[in-house]
Formats: sequence, structure tokens, C-alpha cells
Amino acid sequence: MSGTELTLGKAINAGLRRAMEDDPKVLVMGEDVGRLGGVFRITDGLYKDFGPDRVIDTPLAESGIIGTAIGLAMRGYRPVCEIQFDGFFFPAADQTFTQLAKLRARSEGRLTLPVVIRIPYGGGIGAVEHHSESPEAYFTHTAGLRVVTVANPEDAYWMIQQAIACDDPVVFLEPKRRYWDKATVHTGGSPAAATPMGAARVARAGTDLTLVAYGPMVKVALQAAEADTEHSIEVVDLRSLSPVDYDTVFESVRRTGRLVVAHEAPVTSGLGAEIAARVTESCFYHLEAPVIRVGGFDTPYPPSRLEEHYLPDLDRILDGVDRSFAF
Amino acid sequence: MSDSTAREEPELVQLLTPDGEYVPHPDYPFDPTPDHVRGLYRDLVLVRRLDAEAVALQRQGELGLWASLLGQEAAQIGSGRALQPQDMAFPSYREHGVAWCRGVTHRDLLAMFRGVTNGGWDPYEHNFHLYTIVIGSQTLHATGYAMGVQRDGALGPDGTAVITYFGDGATSQGDTNEAFNYAAVNNAPVVFFCQNNQWAISEPSERQTRAPIYRRAAGFGFPGLRVDGNDVFACLAVTRDALQRAREGQGPTLIEAFTYRMGAHTTSDDPTRYRASEEAEEWRRKDPIARVRSYLVREGMADDDFFAGVDAEAEKLGEQVRTDCRALPDPAPLDIFREVYAEPHSHLDQQRAEFADYLASFEGAEGAAR
Repeated sequence: MSGTELTLGKAINAGLRRAMEDDPKVLVMGEDVGRLGGVFRITDGLYKDFGPDRVIDTPLAESGIIGTAIGLAMRGYRPVCEIQFDGFFFPAADQTFTQLAKLRARSEGRLTLPVVIRIPYGGGIGAVEHHSESPEAYFTHTAGLRVVTVANPEDAYWMIQQAIACDDPVVFLEPKRRYWDKATVHTGGSPAAATPMGAARVARAGTDLTLVAYGPMVKVALQAAEADTEHSIEVVDLRSLSPVDYDTVFESVRRTGRLVVAHEAPVTSGLGAEIAARVTESCFYHLEAPVIRVGGFDTPYPPSRLEEHYLPDLDRILDGVDRSFAF
Repeated sequence: MSDSTAREEPELVQLLTPDGEYVPHPDYPFDPTPDHVRGLYRDLVLVRRLDAEAVALQRQGELGLWASLLGQEAAQIGSGRALQPQDMAFPSYREHGVAWCRGVTHRDLLAMFRGVTNGGWDPYEHNFHLYTIVIGSQTLHATGYAMGVQRDGALGPDGTAVITYFGDGATSQGDTNEAFNYAAVNNAPVVFFCQNNQWAISEPSERQTRAPIYRRAAGFGFPGLRVDGNDVFACLAVTRDALQRAREGQGPTLIEAFTYRMGAHTTSDDPTRYRASEEAEEWRRKDPIARVRSYLVREGMADDDFFAGVDAEAEKLGEQVRTDCRALPDPAPLDIFREVYAEPHSHLDQQRAEFADYLASFEGAEGAAR
């Protein structure tokens, strides 16, 4: 199959472009997404080719972005909203949680709101405050939203198209420190034929321990698995955070008997806690050790000179792996 | 500190005085034909009756809550009757009069306040969005919808306009001000219809704003005006004008309908704790229905038979409201899971299946299910 070498950022860009070509109802909107192409250039070139009616530079007001996207969706459009940085999502939280997520149920299915909220998330780029957070648990806790994240250019290309095609609101979390990672993307075929958005992926097969990660942490998890020469570690890339593909997680844990979950977000009430609870309920007799969580601390995201201590790195993941085997 | 802007007495568009005298306005044409005015009178009386019945039903425990429109009938019927079928309205939660104009049945309105649904009607069937409870949120939905109308090329003399309703309290919300700005920047075909009923639960409008609300539009770059919200003629005329401007591509308008919430905020509220009864007395003299009645009598457009006929119709409606409310069926337990997602969601599908099994486990058991 033919492939193109693309960075993760360029792959999202290519996926957006293709979605806009395939469906004239797809709109891109957000702060600086037009002429500038977004602060990370993810919408680069779209304004030039699709014009201001389809690539909308919005006023600098995040609640307005999501609120007007709801109205546009009610009128039959499929808005793809860019929130510039994770920490800037919160002004839009009310429209997202109380309106976007709930209107389908409120209307008993009469309203369909295919809105995508793209958010560059996570740390590792040496940024100022509010530019490095991992807010996924707020979204996965909210009924009515789907939440996905990507770890490689291939998934980025296809999953953005699948998110746009989905009739539910989708929060599409983009691992900003991986925007520049390159890989081959197979652009042939269709989004419907690609791996479904809701499916997890075994990124590395192994037999002794399951390491669950997603988004920016998949790369770290794979490096940790390679570095551990004593154990055969299986890495599962969740891809979808709501719903989580528990079949794939459970199947892996039942084979390995051990689970470590790694994410950048604080561990308390994080997605890792939910996964630990579910695995305990469903794989109790297969577990050789308690589920171990490796994540950010229960602190505000620290100044960038400290972030290497905050973000789980290869060594902290292996420390978690050791704790599992030591049990 | 002096602020002449805040103190200057605002101009009020009024076509029908509290005494029932019609005073034509040069900017807002209105044709008070007998049929038209009698129709408006009937609307006003019937929605007031619907409202009174709903308050009573809440007192009897048949509704969980009701937000009364008492005193605001003219603002709602006037603006509601200005809408064309293709126009889209985004209400707050007190717009029973507008709902009436859009053909939403009393049954559907009561269903929400009874707690059998969080919505109640098909927004597309009536071009009337669901009630929005979080204050001001719907102003952004309306603005986005209007941006969609622009992209559909649906503007023109017979094009589509959008209207959104909110109160004086909502003008303090960020969303409302963001909506003003988004609408202005995009020149969106939306009319912002603010019913300034003077009270946001217990807070008087001077706790919300220092300058008159309608003047805020100027700062955003579009026209604003204040209309006598108890004057159904004026509300209809100014809204029709603003909607027409919107549908012809001339952008947004802010209408501040100056009115008064004669009742409590909702059936859970007790206004005696925060406002003087003399104030309501003063507004009672500006009643929106009495002045239309006076006009009809003064002009000889309606006789006793007409008024008796409307009263009889109101009686019948009241009876129907009571019957239909009590007949609303409770939803089934598994309806909790309905339509949360458009596409299958494995977590929720599993929960639904487990809850169904749990419910089924009671079948046949003593004291089953409830």
C-alpha cells in the first residue's frame, strides 16, 4: 500500500482537508485558524482553499466557539472547533458540558450535534502555564461526549476524519509534543474502512505485563517496554478514551496478569483509576498484582523547568513495572 | 461620579398606551385591523390562562415547577406573532407565549415541568428550540444557527431570520455578550429579544446593569432599542422590523422589551421577601391585556359576545390543560438511557443491559419493582 511520510500535525491537516473536500457541511472554526493556520499550523492552507465561510476565524472567546458551533450543527453543519490550548478550554466548559453533551438526550434524539472539539493537550514543550494540561478525565466523566486521542500520524489522519463523520460530539485530543513526530501514513481507502475510532490497538505484543497508555504517553510506553530486557511487556494504545475498548484491555490483562496504566494527567480520579476499577471487576482472578498507576502528581502543572519531573518518563514507568513484579 | 449616559431617560417605543389609545409611530408601521387585534387579544388571554392553570397544577403537585409569564404576555405574543414560519426561535424557559405562537402544545410544555422529559417537543417541527435553563446559553446557539443561515444563502426578503429570548439577568452573562459580539462581527441574522422584567429572581435590574440594556448594542456595533414590553402592538412592530432587517442581511438588533414580572420567578420563589407590592400595583395599571381590551372597546371592534367567547375558550383550554397534564405518562426506567449518543457506546450499552437485568430480577418477586 502506498504511503506518505507525514508529521502527526500534517496528518491531522491532511485529514481535515480531506473531510472538508468530502463533505461541504464540514467547517473549521477557532482562534487564528484562518490566515495563520492555527498556532500549531494544524489548519494551514485550509483558509486559502476553502475560504472564510468554511474556515472561520472566531472572536477570542471559547464559549462563543462551542456555543455557535452548536447552533451551526443544529442548522446541519459539522463544525470542527479548535481550542488553542488545553488550559483555554475551560471558558467553553459550560457550553460543552451543559449544552453540547446533553442536547441529544434533552431532545430525545431529535437533535444531532456532530461537533468536533480539537484540543492540543499535554506537556513537554516547555510552555508557560495553561499550555500543558491533560483534561481528559473531565470529558470522559461527561455523558454524551466521545473522547479520543492519537499517538501516531496514521491514526491522526484517519481518526480526525472518523471524528468528523461521527454523529456524536467528539473531543479530539492532540498530543502537542508529538506534532512533529514523523511516520508513514497510508492515505488510500476510506475512514469507514480504517480501524474504527473506538478500538484500542496493541502497539507492542508481550506476555508478562500489560502497559496501557494513550496519546503522548504511547511513545514513552513503547520506549520503556523496549528498555526492559527482563520482561516481555505488551503495550496497548487506547486511542478511544470514551468509550474505552475494554475488550482489548481485558484480553491482554487476562494473558499477562499484570497492568500498569500511564498518563500525564494527575492520577487521582484520572482515567487510570477508572481502568483499574474496571479491570479489577472483570479480571480479578487473572491478576497477579494490583493495577499500578503512573501519572502526573495532584498538583497544578508545574513551571516548565520542572515538567520533566512531573511527566511520567521511561524510568517512572519502569518503576511502576518493577512495583507490579515486586508484588 | 457622574454618568449622564446612565441617567438620561431612554426613549420607549409605544404604539398602544395603557389607556388603550393607538398612537402610530413613524418608524414602526402597524395596521390594527379588527381581525388582527382580536386575534392578538385572544392569544394574550389564552396564554395567561394556560399560565395560571400551570401555576395551579404546580400547587397541586402535578408539576415539579413552573416559571410564570404573568405580565409578559405582550412581549411574547407580539414578538412571537412577528415571526415567519421559516424563522427559528431560541427561547429561555419562560417563553410560553412564544411557544404558543409556534404551535408547541401545552401538553409538551407541561411535560418538561412535570418532569417526564427534559425537552418535550421537536425543535425543527416548530422552529422553536427547546427551553434552555442555563442563563444566556441559547443566545450563542441562535447566533451560530444564524451563521448557518448565512452559509445556506437563505437571506433575502423572504429569507430566514433567527430570534433569541433572554432576560435582564442574562445580560450579565458572558455568553450573552459573546453572542452580541459574534453576531456583530459576522453580521448574523439574529434578533436579540431581551425581556427586561426588572427582576432576576430577587435581584433588581440595577444589580445587573448600570446603563439601559438596549444601549449595549451600540458598543457592539448594531442597533438597539427599548420598546414598551406591555404593548403588544409595539412589540410586534419592532420585532417584525428587526427580523426583516436580519433576513435581508442587515445584521443583528437588540430589542429591550421593558416589562414586569408580575408573579414569582418560579413557583419555588417568594417575591414578598425582596420587593414591595406597590411596585406590582403600579405595573398592574400597565397591564398588557387590559389595554388591548380598552382599544377594542374604544374602537368598537369587539362586543360583549366576542369577549364572552374568548373567556369561554379560556375556560375550555383550562380544563384541557388540567386533563392533559394529569394524563401525561411517566417514562419507563430504561428511558434514562435513551438517546445519550447517536451511535453505540459500549459503556452505556453495558450499563443499560445490567440495569435491565437488575429490574428483571424483581419480576415475580413479592413487592416487585415498586
